[in-house]
Amino acid sequence: MSVTAIDDVTPVQRFTLPGGRSYEKIDELVTAPLLERAAWTWRTWWIAFAASVGLTIIFLICIVEIFTRGIGIWGLNTSVVWGFDIANYVWWIGIGNAGTLISSMLLLMRQRWRASINRFAEAMTLFAAAIAGLFPIIHLGRPIYFYWLTPYPNTMTVWPQWRSALIWDFWAILSYLLFSILFWYIGLIPDFATVRDRARHHRQRLIYGALALGWRGSARHWHVYQILHVALACLGVPLVVSLHSVVGLDFAASLMPGWSEPIFPPYFVVGAMYSGFAMVVSLTALVRWGFRLQPVITAAHFDVMAKIMLAASIIIGLSYATEWFNAWYGGERAQRSLVWFEFTGAYAPLYVAMLFCNVVAPQALWFRAVRRSIIVVFVLAIAINVGMWLERILIIWNTLSHGYTPSMWRLYLPTIWDWLTTIGSLGFFIFLFLVFVRLVPTVSMHEVRDLVAEEIEQ
Amino acid sequence: MSKMLLAEFAHVHGLREAAETAIRRGYRLLDAFTPFPVESVIDRLDSRPSRVRVFMFGGGVLIAAMALGGEYYTAVFNYPYNAGGRPLNSWPAFMLVPFAIGILGAAVTGFVRFLFETGLPRLHFPLFAVEGTERASQDRFFLAIEAPETEGERRKAVDSLRGAGAVEVREVSS
Repeated sequence: MSVTAIDDVTPVQRFTLPGGRSYEKIDELVTAPLLERAAWTWRTWWIAFAASVGLTIIFLICIVEIFTRGIGIWGLNTSVVWGFDIANYVWWIGIGNAGTLISSMLLLMRQRWRASINRFAEAMTLFAAAIAGLFPIIHLGRPIYFYWLTPYPNTMTVWPQWRSALIWDFWAILSYLLFSILFWYIGLIPDFATVRDRARHHRQRLIYGALALGWRGSARHWHVYQILHVALACLGVPLVVSLHSVVGLDFAASLMPGWSEPIFPPYFVVGAMYSGFAMVVSLTALVRWGFRLQPVITAAHFDVMAKIMLAASIIIGLSYATEWFNAWYGGERAQRSLVWFEFTGAYAPLYVAMLFCNVVAPQALWFRAVRRSIIVVFVLAIAINVGMWLERILIIWNTLSHGYTPSMWRLYLPTIWDWLTTIGSLGFFIFLFLVFVRLVPTVSMHEVRDLVAEEIEQ
Repeated sequence: MSKMLLAEFAHVHGLREAAETAIRRGYRLLDAFTPFPVESVIDRLDSRPSRVRVFMFGGGVLIAAMALGGEYYTAVFNYPYNAGGRPLNSWPAFMLVPFAIGILGAAVTGFVRFLFETGLPRLHFPLFAVEGTERASQDRFFLAIEAPETEGERRKAVDSLRGAGAVEVREVSS
C-alpha cells in the first residue's frame, strides 16, 4: 500500500504520518530534546527564553509597584472598580480550562487524537491557572491579608464568609490547580519511565527514574492506572465546569445590569473552552514547529480542533444574541440602555472588533481547506484569543461604565501599569512553558503509541 | 525460588497471541510489561478487581462532608453573623466549596490508593536487572509466564512462545 493510499483513500481519519508510525520513532521524537540536548538547536528557544525572562521581570516590577503603591496605579475609578486585573484573571482561568477539556472530556468521548496534544495542553492549564490565581490576590486592596480567605483559627475568632463569591473563587482555583497538577503528573509517570530507560547519563536516569516512581509497565499496574485515569477524567469535567461557573458567579452574584443574567455561568464556561482551545491551537502550532513533531501532530489535528472552535464560536454568538434579546424582551431600562451603549458607546469599536474576532472570523472554518491550513487556523486562533480578551474586559467596562445611575457613568482609561501587568503575565506564561518543554516530555508517548498501534492495525 | 519465562515481542499482536496460546496450553500468566496498556492481556491476568474507584468515592464524600460540616459549624455556631438577613445555615451557597474540595479529595485518595495497589514508588525492581527489559517502556512487549517444573515441559513452553513470534525468551528467577 502506498503512502497516498493510507492518507487519502482510507475512510478512517489518520492522525499520524508514516514517519511517526513506529514506537521507536515516537520515543526518539519526543525524548531527543530532553536527552540529546547537544544535538538540538536551541537558538530559537534561547531567543524566546530571553524575551520571556525580560517580560517576567516586568511582571515582577508591576507586582512590586502594585504592592507598594496600591491598585490606584491602574486606571480604576469609583465607578469602574474592576479593570484589566479581573479581565486578565477571567481570561487566564479560561485558558486554564482547556487542558482539562482535552484531557477529560475528549478522553471520555474517545477522541483518540487528543493523545498528541494533551500533555502540553495540560501544562498550559497548570501555568494559566496559576497565573490566574495571582490576579485576584494582586487586585485586593490589602494583598498582605489574602490568607484571610483560608479558615484558620485566629485571635480575631472570625471565619471566612462562606456566602462570598471571593471565597468560592479561592477554593475553586486551589482545588482545580492541585487537581490539575495531580492529573498531569499521573499522565507523566509512564513517560518519565521511558525517559529514564533511554537516558544515557547517570544524573538524568536518577532524576527521571525518581519521577517515574519505578514504573515498569506491568499489565497489573496499567490496569489500576487506567481505572484511576478514567475516574479522574470523570471528576475533571464537573470540576472544570464548576470552576468557570464560579467565576461567572463573581459577576452574576452582583446586581449590575448585564451581569444578573442566569446565563452567566454557562456563558463563561463556553467562553473558557473557546479561548482555551484557541490557545491550545496556537501552542500546538508552535510546539509542532519548534520540536519537529509533524509526524504525530498533523493537519488532521488542526482540522478537528478547528471544528471544535467553530462550534464554540456559534455557541458564543448565541450567548451574545441571548443577552441582547433578553435586554429587549425583559424591557428593563438599564439593560436596554446597556446594550445600546455596547453598540454606540465609547467602547463600541472594541465591541465590534470582539464580535468580528469571536463570531464572524471563525466562520471561515466551515471550509475544509481553511481547517487544514495550519497557518490560517493559527491566525484565527490568535484572533480568537484577542477577541476573548476583549470580551472579558468589555463585560467589566460596559457594565461598570454604564450602571443604574447616569451620574456615575465613567470610562476606564488604562494606564501603562495596566498594559505592563497584562503583557508581563503573558511573558511569565511563556517563561513557564519554555521551561516545561525543556524538562518534560511534551507529548504523551504512551498514549500516542496506543494510537499508532491502532492505526498500524487498521 | 520459582522461575519465570520472559518472552519478548516486537509487536502487540504477538503478545496477544502468545497470551492466548499460553492460557490454552495451561500455563500460568504472571504479568506482562508493555509500553502502553494492552486490554486483552490485562483481562487475562488473574488480578483482583481494583478498588480505586470505591476509595475515591469514599475519600471525596468524606472530604466534602468535612468541608460542609466545617462551614456549618463556623457559620452557625462558632461565629454566627447576620449578613443581610440571610439564614445562618445558607446551605445552597455553602455547597460550592465542598464540591470543589470533594473532587480534589477524591483525586488525592485515588492517587494514594493507586500507589498502594501498585506498590509504587519502588525505584528498583529485579526485572530491571534483566537485559533488554528497559525496552518495555519503549517499543517492546514482554510476557511473563510461570516456568514449568521439568526441563522438557519448559522447552515446550519456550517453543510455543517462539511459535507465537517471540523475538527472545529468557528464563528469569522471579
